[in-house]
Formats: sequence, C-alpha cells, structure tokens
Amino acid sequence: MSLRTDTPPAATAVRRFGRAERRVHRTTAVLMGVCVFTAACLYVPQLAQLVGRRALVVTLHQWSGLALPVPVLVGLASRAFRADLGRLNRFGPHDRTWLRAALRRDRRPASRPAGKFNAGQKIYAAWIAGATLVMLGTGLLMWFTHLTPLVWRTSATFVHDWLALTIGIVLAGHIGMALADPEARRGMRTGSVGRDWAEREHPLWRP
Amino acid sequence: MNSEQPPQLPDEGDARGKPIGRRVLLGTLGLGALGVVTAPTLQRGLESFLAGASDKDPTGLTGLLPNGGGFRYYSVTSSVPRKNADTYRLTVDGLVDRPTSYTLAGLKALPQTRMVRDVQCVTGWRVPDTPFEGVRLSRLLDAAGVRPSAGAVRFTCFDGAYSESLTLDQARRADVLVALRMRDEDLGHAHGGPVRLYVAPMYFYKSAKWLSGITVTEDVEPGYWEERGYDIDAWVGRSNGREDEPTD
Repeated sequence: MSLRTDTPPAATAVRRFGRAERRVHRTTAVLMGVCVFTAACLYVPQLAQLVGRRALVVTLHQWSGLALPVPVLVGLASRAFRADLGRLNRFGPHDRTWLRAALRRDRRPASRPAGKFNAGQKIYAAWIAGATLVMLGTGLLMWFTHLTPLVWRTSATFVHDWLALTIGIVLAGHIGMALADPEARRGMRTGSVGRDWAEREHPLWRP
Repeated sequence: MNSEQPPQLPDEGDARGKPIGRRVLLGTLGLGALGVVTAPTLQRGLESFLAGASDKDPTGLTGLLPNGGGFRYYSVTSSVPRKNADTYRLTVDGLVDRPTSYTLAGLKALPQTRMVRDVQCVTGWRVPDTPFEGVRLSRLLDAAGVRPSAGAVRFTCFDGAYSESLTLDQARRADVLVALRMRDEDLGHAHGGPVRLYVAPMYFYKSAKWLSGITVTEDVEPGYWEERGYDIDAWVGRSNGREDEPTD
C-alpha cells in the first residue's frame, strides 16, 4: 500500500481535520519554528557566529514568541477546533491502556487503543500548551525588565533556558514521529486519512 | 482490551472522560511558577555541578547547557572582517594633542599588563578567573596628550557597527586595558581579536570587541547597546538591575 497516494478513492478516505485545525497547526508550527531557530541563533555559539545581527534576531524571537498563542485563540472560533480540544482534554480508560503499552514498548495496535487522538498526543498537546505559556510568562519577565524585582528576572531566565532545552527535545520527538508516519502527516496536510490507517491507529475514533 | 471489535468505549468527544489534559496543562504552569520561585537555589546547585562537569568534558557539550560555563559569541552585525598584524590599525584621535595610529606590533612593543578577573555578562553568564593581557588604556591616552576640555572616551570597532564609551575617569582606571591576549593566548577573531577593549569592573558589553578607534570627546556618547536600553555606567553588580558579585 502506498501511503503517498494523493487522493485515495472516496470510499477509503476519512475526514480527519478541517481547515481551521490545519491552519491553526500550520501557523503555530511556523511561529514555533521561528522561535526555535532564533533561539538557537542567540544561544548556540556557532550559529550566533554565522548569523550575527543580534538586535534583529532578538526582535524576531520576541514577537514570534508573543504571537505563538494567537492561532489557538483565533481557532477557538471554530466549532471543529473546539471539539478537538475537548477530545484532547478528556482521557478515558483506554488511554490508560495505551500509556501502559507505550511504557512497555508494546507496539501492537491491539494493545494501543485510541480515539481520534491517542494518549501520547493528548499529553503532548497539554504539555506543549502549558510549556508555551510558561515560556511566554518568563519571556515577558525577561523582556520588560524594569517592571519586576531583580530576583524574578534571573529566575525567569533560568526557567526559560532550561525549559527551552526541554521543549527542543520534545519538539524533535514530535517532528520525528510525524516523519515516521506519512499518513498522519497527510491527515494534517490534506485533512483526510486512509480508512485502514484510521482503523489501525485510532480504532475507537468515530469519524 | 484485546478484541478486534472495539467495545462500547466512548469517543473522546464524550464528556464522561476525565479532564486530564487540563490537569497536565495547569500542572506544567504550576511547575513553571515553582521553577521561578525555587530558581535561585536550583541555579546555585546546577552551576556548581556543571562547572565541575565542564572541567572534565572533552566534548564541550556542557558549554551549550544553560549556565554550563564558557563564553558566548555575540555580534551585532552579520559578518565581521578579519584583521591581522598587517592590516590592523588602532587610531587615537579627538581631543588630543598628538593623534596616533598604532599597528599590532606597535601595541605589542608597549609595556603589557596582565590581570586575572571574572568575566560577567549582563545576560547572566560568568566565566571565572580569566586572564587578560594588554596595554593600559591610560598609557595610550597619556601618550596622545588629552586636552583639558575632554571628559569622555568613545570606542569604535571594525565590525562597522559596535561602539562603546567611558568617562575619562573610568577610562584612566588601572583595570581598563586595550587587550591583545586572553587566557594567555593571542586574541582570536571570535573573541574580538586581534585587539579588544577590556573593562574589568563592568559588564562585558563594555569590553568592545574588534577595537579600531579611540576618540577622546567632551561628553559620553551612548554606545550600541546603551542606545537599546543598557546602562552607560555598567559596574558589575551595581547596574542594569542586576546584583552579581563585583569583578573589580
């Protein structure tokens, strides 16, 4: 079965994401990409040496970071997006089963029951949302330095730096998993996935 | 949970599931806040641990960790030209009786001063016990003959953008050098070589890299970062809203 076919016959295709979800994902991904790239240019000596232009890079980093929650907030206007947030939020008994299987490195589909989103995706979504807000908060403390006591700023820098490293690793995992699953990527790109894939990876999902 | 026919488990849209996503999100926020509150303690522990680890780390990877020790490269331009013993010149002009231009060899021929202090960056990193060696700025100023109307010194750099300044009193301090060597090696390009300014008691942005011009002026003219909000009198521990241990 080729996973790269562009338009599978209508009977085998399942609608996974509407335009709102895909647009929110895409703009968030672009903003996050700018944030991570500019952060690397400010932080990794070799990249800093290559890019220079420190004042410009700082400005880009600050504004893309500030804008990062905006796509999700705008997306709240969409009913489909709100429904997906609801699905990400709610954990059923099958999610516990999925997580146990993940901890045991049990990859058999039968031991990984999942609805539209599996438990790993749910935890990732919640964590990255929280982490983004922590980055935003600590980032603002570092940006508007004269508004807060001194200790706060040093502490904010500390949290911002270490959490950035953690986010970098988790984000690499997120992208790595997407790279390993072309059909999941197709779902996010075109909005549709093959029925086989949906039944195998998300058996409890009722599209 | 082994049947191929999924049982009557609810799809996630069903409100009967537990709102664990929200708890994870709030938990992450809470941990972030806790991190900010406990950061001073955590940071002290980590810094001493990483400082020890980076001494034994042949890969240099610990240098990339936050507070992992070592210098960080900052440049405000996209690329910086390279200068060597043939092409480098340092001019001293402005309110002086004898404007001068030094070659690298000319600077090396003058009496050298070596100092070992901590380097403190305003962004937080600190490199302990770093030797710098070079010519006292006061010596160059005296050689040029500063006029009585002068009150400040402006520094320009061959990256084409960076500038710095000191009051004349600050510039005449014994711990302000025109540095040719750092860590007992000739200054490399990445560290501002062949010649940089070294203002020991101040945050490191005062120690302009790629120094090419010293101009004696009447009043202090704010430098590159000072135009962008940094303090002009940048004493370590007494400026920029920071409380680092002084480096003088």
